[in-house]
Amino acid sequence: MAQLISRLRLWRGFVLLLAGIYFAVPLGASVLFSVDNPMTKSWSLRAYTQLLGAPGFTDSLRLSLELAVVTVAILLLLLVPAMVATRLGAPKLRPVLELICSIPLVVPVVALTTGIIGVLRWGPDYLSTTPLFQTILAIQNPTFPVVLVIAYVLMALPFAYRAIDAGLGAVDVKTLVEAARSCGASFPRAVFTVVVPNLRTSLLNASALTVALVLGEYTTASILGFTPFTVWIAANGKNDGQMSVAVSILSLMIVWIVLLLISAAGRERRGRKSARS
Amino acid sequence: MTTTPLNAPPTGVPLHPGSATVEFRSLRRAFGTTTALDGLDLTVHPGELLALLGPSGCGKTTALRILAGFETHDSGEVLVDGEDVTKTPAHKRDAGMVFQSYSLFPHLTAADNVAFGLKMRGSSKSDRRKRAMELLELVGLPQRAEHFPHQMSGGQQQRIALARALALQPRVLLLDEPLSALDAKVRLNLREEIRRLQQDLGITTLFVTHDQEEALSMADRVAVLRAGRLEQCATPSELYARPTTAFVAEFVGTMSRIPAYRSGDGVEVLGRRHAVDGVVPADGELDVLVRPENVGLTAAADGGAVVVGASFLGAVTRLTVRLLDGTEVKVDLATEAAALLPVGGNAHLILPDRPVLVDRRVKSGQ
Repeated sequence: MAQLISRLRLWRGFVLLLAGIYFAVPLGASVLFSVDNPMTKSWSLRAYTQLLGAPGFTDSLRLSLELAVVTVAILLLLLVPAMVATRLGAPKLRPVLELICSIPLVVPVVALTTGIIGVLRWGPDYLSTTPLFQTILAIQNPTFPVVLVIAYVLMALPFAYRAIDAGLGAVDVKTLVEAARSCGASFPRAVFTVVVPNLRTSLLNASALTVALVLGEYTTASILGFTPFTVWIAANGKNDGQMSVAVSILSLMIVWIVLLLISAAGRERRGRKSARS
Repeated sequence: MTTTPLNAPPTGVPLHPGSATVEFRSLRRAFGTTTALDGLDLTVHPGELLALLGPSGCGKTTALRILAGFETHDSGEVLVDGEDVTKTPAHKRDAGMVFQSYSLFPHLTAADNVAFGLKMRGSSKSDRRKRAMELLELVGLPQRAEHFPHQMSGGQQQRIALARALALQPRVLLLDEPLSALDAKVRLNLREEIRRLQQDLGITTLFVTHDQEEALSMADRVAVLRAGRLEQCATPSELYARPTTAFVAEFVGTMSRIPAYRSGDGVEVLGRRHAVDGVVPADGELDVLVRPENVGLTAAADGGAVVVGASFLGAVTRLTVRLLDGTEVKVDLATEAAALLPVGGNAHLILPDRPVLVDRRVKSGQ
């Protein structure tokens, strides 16, 4: 038995090492390439300093972060009440909701974007005499393109749905809501004060997945002609190889930092709970 | 009804929940083709603990949930102190509830759970804290105030849930099988504790259970439900001693059926004539229903019965006796007396000299 356990540990270490090499080698090589100066045969942070000073860097990064925040907010505001209501009031509709939320998985992003373009082209012709015309224009405002938020909400639906569904499955939502109501909480207040705090981890997971998706999405933004961070990276990495790699590493680090912050938010709460007990 | 405050708490507001009258009038509720409540009429008196007892699907939980405001009824009325609460939402019904599954809010400590209702009501933080500590004291768990539900046992969680239900001083306390998820010893302790608290506070309590022992030991009155209808509502002793229907007789305690025949206005059983408690069904074959402790048994070589089994229950031993026609009858005897009747021995069965309950014969397999 002891021999089997030590063999398993060995295998585990080997698999971890392989996975580590798989991720670390390309990253390390990229970092080395981005700081290498072949002319002077020394290290240089030129690519990074140029990158930080390049026009559009801050604007595109801010736009991406804003898009991520708004997408997460809209997604959670849409999904959480719908999923809680389905669980409590119409459990038979759960498969229907799951199917609807899974559809974006089987629709290619290009197809979705083509559809959006179709609507945006069709809109002005047919809605020019209605107040909706201004709406069509407003959602394409390059300062904050709401149309991208709509697209990202759709794209993130399958991931967010599964994360929240797992959280809802782990708590007895019906009993908790009824207990809260018998303590004098109205239905919305019961959901907000009792259900949502107990979904914290799954909401953070859903948020992290959505943020990762938004910060990494290129196709839709590029085709629709907007410049969030990914599109800016692609445009600015074309002329200078080193800068292109530096921008990829920077982008990766930004996504990691945001995800780590989201994860730390959950961990910090759990830590406080343990400390109090 | 007035009750004496349990103690003088530091908040200055006595722990003094209400004691309302609850009435179900011709209550009906169907789920699709299944009728859960079929014209339930029942009154719960102020300050009493009434147990709703019955098999699964008899409608007891539905009645409780309708009173709590978590279910709606198709017709009939639910009155609390004479006021129809049908249109009152659950959070305004002034009814504290303890659920079968542990229903404490996992993200809150015991004290915060107890104080939750007061927070909803807008009480100040210091008042909430004081009241929560009083109630934790009341259920004997002040030392668990800062513990989260996952750090407590099932019994402790249910006691906290009880404290939470009492925090708002409700007019009615609703207990939905609160002990069924607990192990036997904890269940016994908590049963006594709930009863003590209920009596001290004098709060009108509706207690749903499928456990007859629980119902008989805790309740002032027990309402036995069957298929959405009230079969009988009486004190535990009356229900046990004088069941009005065969269903109640067999559901509450143990009963044996012995074939009987009509004889005038009574029945003949095992060669003797007996008066009947209630009415004799006009047609069909008959059985009489007898409790094990009401049947006598003596050793007799030609007694017409054979002892086929014995279960030791402590001071009493329950013997199973088979009659000539194959009918099996349970008989409770003092263990010393039962020792004189070994399994395989012949015996003579004696029925009590009192009116017997009669029912249509149940065919085997029914």
